[in-house]
Amino acid sequence: MSLVSFLTILLDGLAFGMILFIISVGLTITMGLMRVINLAHGAFAMVGGYVVAILTGDGMNLWLAILIGCTAAGLLGGLAEMTILRPLYRKGEMAQVLLTFGLAFVSISALTEIFGPNPIPVVFPDYMTGQLDIGFRTYPAYRLFLIGVGLVMALCLWYLIDKTLYGARLRAAVDNPNMARAVGMNVSFLFTITFVGGSALAGLGGAIGAGILPLEPFYSLKYVVLFLIVVIVGGEGSFKGSFAAAIAVGLVDTAGKFLIPDVAPYLIYIVVFLLLLWRPNGLLPPKSVA
Amino acid sequence: MNDPVNSNFENRGPAMANMNISMSPKSLGHLVPWAVAIAFFFLFPERLGQWTEILIWVLFTISMDLALGYAGIVTLGHAAFFGIGAYTAGLMSIHVTGDPIIGMVAATVLAGIAGLITGMLILHTTGVTLLMLTLAIAAMLENWANRATKITGGDDGLQGMELGNLFGIFEFNFFGVTAFWYALGVLFIWFLIAYRIVRSPFGRSIDGIRQNANRMRAIGTPVWWRLVVMYGVSAAMAGSAGALTSYKTEFVGLTVLQLLTSGIVAVMLILGGQKTIYGAFFGAAIYIMVRDTAAETYPFLSEAIIGIMLILVVLFLEDGVMSVPKILRRRPKKAAE
Repeated sequence: MSLVSFLTILLDGLAFGMILFIISVGLTITMGLMRVINLAHGAFAMVGGYVVAILTGDGMNLWLAILIGCTAAGLLGGLAEMTILRPLYRKGEMAQVLLTFGLAFVSISALTEIFGPNPIPVVFPDYMTGQLDIGFRTYPAYRLFLIGVGLVMALCLWYLIDKTLYGARLRAAVDNPNMARAVGMNVSFLFTITFVGGSALAGLGGAIGAGILPLEPFYSLKYVVLFLIVVIVGGEGSFKGSFAAAIAVGLVDTAGKFLIPDVAPYLIYIVVFLLLLWRPNGLLPPKSVA
Repeated sequence: MNDPVNSNFENRGPAMANMNISMSPKSLGHLVPWAVAIAFFFLFPERLGQWTEILIWVLFTISMDLALGYAGIVTLGHAAFFGIGAYTAGLMSIHVTGDPIIGMVAATVLAGIAGLITGMLILHTTGVTLLMLTLAIAAMLENWANRATKITGGDDGLQGMELGNLFGIFEFNFFGVTAFWYALGVLFIWFLIAYRIVRSPFGRSIDGIRQNANRMRAIGTPVWWRLVVMYGVSAAMAGSAGALTSYKTEFVGLTVLQLLTSGIVAVMLILGGQKTIYGAFFGAAIYIMVRDTAAETYPFLSEAIIGIMLILVVLFLEDGVMSVPKILRRRPKKAAE
């Protein structure tokens, strides 16, 4: 393999991984915090994406559209959390799986009804659709943009979670929710705002990732397995783990498509399977489960 | 359930309540589902296809009840075994023999072996990790089947199945009479097996493992082995159901392996009620009838209707349709207090 193709795989894998990270990080933290399996997380990404696609289709500035899309996804997430998801925390895994499965179903049906069954595109501005010269080859500016956004978001989240009071509370609640409550933290409120933030991030990922994961009504069911993989391979509740897992999934999947296309469609599942047999709690599990 | 320290052994559930089957009038209730199934054969012959489908899904749902309901194995990958059964039956009829009995046995055994092997690999894990592992197995198979077009037909599905006559006499034809009776027969045999298993000492120990695996371990139960065996039986049963679908339609499509299939069987189980076996009859019948009716009347909203039904069941009818009589009986008492 030449150096050029190696670097291409690296960049493509990173771009894909960053999208997975942005969408999945909210799921990681909410699953770690409340141990609730949310198969509807993809639906929030999808809603954010659809809002942006429609607004940019009408000629709105991409960044403004993203702001609106994220707000919409976040509000919807908060609403769902406060109304339907809250009674779920005390129930078993299967009840959680099924209810959120039901939510995903409803979102599929609603979007098909309103916007039709076909994928709809997000209109990216010209400076993102072209090619950039990066020394050894020209490379799509869009993918570089994804990598950039992913890195910026990862840095912001790292600061938020590792360096602020909110982050300290969040980590404490993930590690031991009962103890956090006992020392007077309002864990439910913490969870609601985290859920809103996570859904808004998913909306961002859904919007800017539309070039790689096309927006269509079945989006939420189609990719939810990928998002879950990132969460569980990274370790539930582990922000750093989900970053590592998302990049790993992106790289393995991309490398597989380039190098062994026959095996590629199921390569990622084989890797995940072996990895979870080796480390059932994920790569970097938080203290509560390690 | 999530907190091992605080989870005490539950009260005796429905499984305990009707352990004794004697010839009391109450036990005649056991005949009801079978009587209904046979009655519908004569009353609504034009709906035979739908009824056969319901019987097949009842079988699949009972297999899910053994794994998820009784053993507490959280799985979203049962489609893997359903699909193995369907493809085995299909491929047997194309390449080996069209005999539906031999094909059925092969499908059941192969799915059972797959269940035992994967069970050995994954059943030391629990919760979300287990869920992910079962999902990964099914996804692996689905993507492989999609790729291996020479064997499975890939996206186009497996075509050209040639079925022999059942017992050399009854022909599988367009009217689906043979398919219906075959499904009913296979379901009945598996039903008896399942009914026996969950009331055996083995089944009781499985029940204990679900409630508190650590305590069962402490009193010397080989927890992992018991779970593997139960998972294997459940997988074999799912394989039989898969084989029945391929006989019914004489075609195997990729959908048998999809996440949606695993999801639907879980939905049916919860809808009917876990740990009852009979819940499977209600769950499968209600789901399929609602789906078909919704698809006929509101074709674009059928997913939404099913989704809303799911949400409502999880929120308000946690123990499924089978718990309705119990809830109704409890109501007046509460009001009196």
